[in-house]
Amino acid sequence: MNFEVPNMIFALPEMFMLGMACVILLTVAYLGEKGANIAYGLSQFTLIMTAFLIYRSFGEGGLTFDGTYIKDTFSDVLKLAITVINIAVLLYSTSYLKSRGLFKGEYYVLAIFSTLGMMIMVSANHFLTLYLGLELMSLCLYAMVAMHRDSKVATEAAMKYFILGAIASGMLLYGMSIIYGATGSLDLATIASAIQTGGLNDTVLSFGIVFLVIGIGFKLGAVPFHMWLPDVYHGAPTAVTLFLATAPKIAAFAMAIRILVDGLGDVHQHWQGMLIMLSVLSMIIGNVVAIAQTNLKRMLAYSTISHVGFMLLGVLSGSQEGYAAAMFYALVYSLMSLGAFGMIILMSRQGFEADNIDDYKGLSERNPWFALMMLILMFSMAGIPPLAGFYAKLTVIKAIVDINLMSVAIVAVLMSVIGAFYYLRIIKVMYFDKAEQNEPLEAPTDMCIMISINALTVLALGLFPGALLAICASVFF
Amino acid sequence: MIALSDFLILGALLFSLSVAGIFINRKNIIILLMCIELMLLAVNLNFIAFSHYSGDIAGQIFVFFILTVAAAEAAIGLAILVVLFRNMHTINVADLDTLKG
Repeated sequence: MNFEVPNMIFALPEMFMLGMACVILLTVAYLGEKGANIAYGLSQFTLIMTAFLIYRSFGEGGLTFDGTYIKDTFSDVLKLAITVINIAVLLYSTSYLKSRGLFKGEYYVLAIFSTLGMMIMVSANHFLTLYLGLELMSLCLYAMVAMHRDSKVATEAAMKYFILGAIASGMLLYGMSIIYGATGSLDLATIASAIQTGGLNDTVLSFGIVFLVIGIGFKLGAVPFHMWLPDVYHGAPTAVTLFLATAPKIAAFAMAIRILVDGLGDVHQHWQGMLIMLSVLSMIIGNVVAIAQTNLKRMLAYSTISHVGFMLLGVLSGSQEGYAAAMFYALVYSLMSLGAFGMIILMSRQGFEADNIDDYKGLSERNPWFALMMLILMFSMAGIPPLAGFYAKLTVIKAIVDINLMSVAIVAVLMSVIGAFYYLRIIKVMYFDKAEQNEPLEAPTDMCIMISINALTVLALGLFPGALLAICASVFF
Repeated sequence: MIALSDFLILGALLFSLSVAGIFINRKNIIILLMCIELMLLAVNLNFIAFSHYSGDIAGQIFVFFILTVAAAEAAIGLAILVVLFRNMHTINVADLDTLKG
């Protein structure tokens, strides 16, 4: 029996985060209600330090913990994005939580543990690590959705999220068990080499892949596994919606890449057809149903579904360019939804949720700067040049055209045209409708700065997409 | 001698039973939670069978982790259920209809 000491340095950011999460947990447990401010400060410190640690060791990499954990450029880029986005999420959510009596230390403890789960998912090279990361993330998210304990809609949303999330985990595990049976290993690299060697039972393999794809579809929120998404986005407190609409999507994307590409890349023909169906249905249902929504959070939930459809286009292409395009899409999408939900938080006040589209009437008169920021975000989501959303859509559609799936590409273009309608409606409401309330809109300075940085980054990424596209491409080549 | 396929069929039956239970059941959320547990146990059976017949221990280790996570999941599920009952005074699945559209 030989025992090898794992190379801990590769998991240093996660270990730091775990240590700090325990510190925050203890602080909250000892200080109770008074601990919320300290917990907030400590969480921001943790996220900033973790981002710094990831940045310090950027690009170095290798396997550790007996091959269950991988650190490569892919995981570094996504982890950096997750931590930076969560810094912004916590910044946005604080004033919302304060005005709703939800400003408690638990929110921050759960947020940090959930971030840790996402980082483990991104770095997983083994079904066990992947599953544990996924559950750590999801269990924290269920509890966060239920945090508003007196709200009927929030608890109902939490219950729905919990049940459908648990079904998704069950499906994913069943798929993992079948793949384990077919290849004899839980390690993604060993699975890939077993598939390459050949001689496996194709039926068993594709049977397992069906369940894995269903599990991934549930977690991403692709049609027909999207039922939970609008209800959860609508019912959860906006600060929590903001949290679960941004970074977990990056983590779910990483999970899809790890399983489908790193593990099952060589049997790509088995999962491509299923992903085409998920992707086309998501784009159609997401965009068409979003038109009928009057609640902005619900509308953004359906828009999420359609964006997931676009992102899957890149994954299903099976080419390096496609994976890079999907990664670019995931990063840009989470940045845009961060801004859009941040805007809802910015507009909300004590006892008033600005989540109806009518609440945005005449925003350009009440606060022209916010209206401009919202305009940038909505144009970017609709995919209008020269904003980041345009390049995201362009690169995934290009990846699809390159593998000669013309019909799918045509659906994608048509659906992005239909999608433009409901984004443009918000802009019309902001600029051309009369305001119902005329008092100017005020917001805390840190949030004004944050939303400006957020929207201007979307603009900058649209003007100079080359750098991020090059980083995404360098990951897969 | 019990063959590997026997275990797999039992696992598949339990799994289908739990999925059917989730989608057919319109009465009680506690039954939903029970179905979710059954689903994870069906997966455990699969893992143990594969692990035993291939002589690889990793599958059995995985089962320990699944059991632990299932316990944590049940704890959170029941906690949400308690909060839900306090707000809605019902645990009927059909009454969870405030959110729609």
